[in-house]
Amino acid sequence: MYVAVKGGEKAIDAAHALVASERRGDPAVPELQLAQIDRQLAGAVDRVMTEGSLYDRELAALAIKQAAGDLVEAVFLLRAYRTTLPRLAVSLPVDTGTGLVRRRISATFKDVPGGQVLGATFDYTHRLLDFALAAEGGPTPEPSAGPSPADPMPRVAELLGRDGLLEPAPEPAGPPRDLTSEPLEFPADRTCRLQNLARGDEGFLLALAYSTQRGYGRTHPFAGELRIVDVAVEIVPEELGFAVGIGEIRLAECDMINQFKGSDAAPPQFTRGYGLAFGQAERKAMAMALVDRALRAEELGEAVSAPAQDAEFVLSHSDNVEAQGFTQHLKLPHYVDFQSELDLLRRLRRATD
Amino acid sequence: MLAGYNFAYLDEHTKRMIRRSILKAVAIPGYQVPFASREMPLPYGWGTGGIQLTAGIIGRSDVLKVIDQGADDTTNAVSIRRFFARTAGVATTERTAQATIIQTRHRIPETPLKAGQIVVFQVPIPEPLRWLEPRESETRVMHALGDYGGLHVKFYEDIVRHGRIVTTYDYPVLVNDRYVMRPSPIPKFDNPKLDMNPALLLFGAGREKRIYAVPPHTRVKSLDFEDHPFTVERWDRPCALCGAPDSFLDEIITDDRGTRMFVCSDTEYCRGRSAAKAGE
Repeated sequence: MYVAVKGGEKAIDAAHALVASERRGDPAVPELQLAQIDRQLAGAVDRVMTEGSLYDRELAALAIKQAAGDLVEAVFLLRAYRTTLPRLAVSLPVDTGTGLVRRRISATFKDVPGGQVLGATFDYTHRLLDFALAAEGGPTPEPSAGPSPADPMPRVAELLGRDGLLEPAPEPAGPPRDLTSEPLEFPADRTCRLQNLARGDEGFLLALAYSTQRGYGRTHPFAGELRIVDVAVEIVPEELGFAVGIGEIRLAECDMINQFKGSDAAPPQFTRGYGLAFGQAERKAMAMALVDRALRAEELGEAVSAPAQDAEFVLSHSDNVEAQGFTQHLKLPHYVDFQSELDLLRRLRRATD
Repeated sequence: MLAGYNFAYLDEHTKRMIRRSILKAVAIPGYQVPFASREMPLPYGWGTGGIQLTAGIIGRSDVLKVIDQGADDTTNAVSIRRFFARTAGVATTERTAQATIIQTRHRIPETPLKAGQIVVFQVPIPEPLRWLEPRESETRVMHALGDYGGLHVKFYEDIVRHGRIVTTYDYPVLVNDRYVMRPSPIPKFDNPKLDMNPALLLFGAGREKRIYAVPPHTRVKSLDFEDHPFTVERWDRPCALCGAPDSFLDEIITDDRGTRMFVCSDTEYCRGRSAAKAGE
């Protein structure tokens, strides 16, 4: 008797129980606390918040715990929760030029007003496994005093912009579009592209950005500025009529400055690529800035020939919640379609025999 | 019902947006209406378009049937049915005739549908021109101009090369003599059921963010040529369990010597026939 597809309900229940037990692992090992994930795996939390497009460290930590450390799965969990939340207000644009700068480097000037601030970075660490970390309870070095919020640190792009050597920040034609409440359609304007990239998979953007550096849509980039900054988020409640702060978020922002020889559409000048991510996801912000600039090829009158310049290609495939679902749906049964193909193949082979 | 969530999971605002898209889709049969698809708690590619349609239309008095590959008991069908049992608390059934909403992946039930029923199809790729032209901006223009020559050329090339059209599932159809539509990956065996069907047929593609529809009693024609008319799969034997001579059969390999058994893919239809036979 044919029973292969029977017992689906029992199998699902058993699978859920197994997931729960494997996630917990050996009960002799203490269970992970959300605060541990938040503080000690902050890079994972930053990535999940960015691609999950929800700034909530605790929920991101919960998602990471629930997904047993599978970050793409955690992003999916966070997104599926986010989509149920009511939209209470739209904040004022955050000002990354103010706020407490945790890290700020420019590769284009030796010194800039406010100075270079290396901050917490892996950049100059030697990637040697630190076996001392494997032992618990070791001493933690005290950090030296960081910058104070009083030090003004204007954005490098603004300094260059005053001379007219850098194009002005492109002004959006209207209010920014919101891909979470309307479908992506082409041609997509820059607000739409930036939102898509900000939510996009870091690995995908990183590979695309890298491809532009290797000649597939070269953009001649310089890291004009990379800053990690804590900014205040403000809203203007209708009944008050003035701005009130509702919290603070940490952002990684990248202004890429790109050499540009000019075209029929624009004079010779430096052009911009922009990247923004939650937390300290600076690799994501840099990759995003490179891809943003590559996607401006058409607007700047450049030939569109490389994958990173192709908005339909990039924007349609950047979302890892979409990509992981569709790739993995191949695990679902396809035996009806497969039967049709078998039937066809047998007929074709009969005809050629 | 699941605490902390609205009836049928989606908030009413989103449901209204979906229902508006459905109305537009019904008004323009076969036309793909873009909609602001939401992330669902089930993965894209696993029926999120269908789930959003069902969530948009389901009411407390509805009776829901969910099938995958024609069967009620495949894991994903179970998962989706449970999702609605959990979030909407509606009655569910395996009986095609009793259901008011039937959400399906890859099949149309063998039992003929009735007026008042709604079939919700889960759609992976809604665009029938996708394999000819990957760009959405181009295919939308091609639909606007009714530029479907490429599909006929593709079929012509099939006939020249293989002596027949070699598309077996997700076989494109012309709806109401205007738009070419993908019927979702149902076997072409099911295509004739789309034509003049008394039920409302809704198609949802969550990841691709499109909704389209075939209203009741709409003409749906599978693309073909006069000298190479559309045909469907045939088996040289009836169902091994219920003896149905006219249903779509799944092939089951029953041992490691290649022994095969052919049984109805529509498990409810098969069970109903077997029970009727036993009662005789």
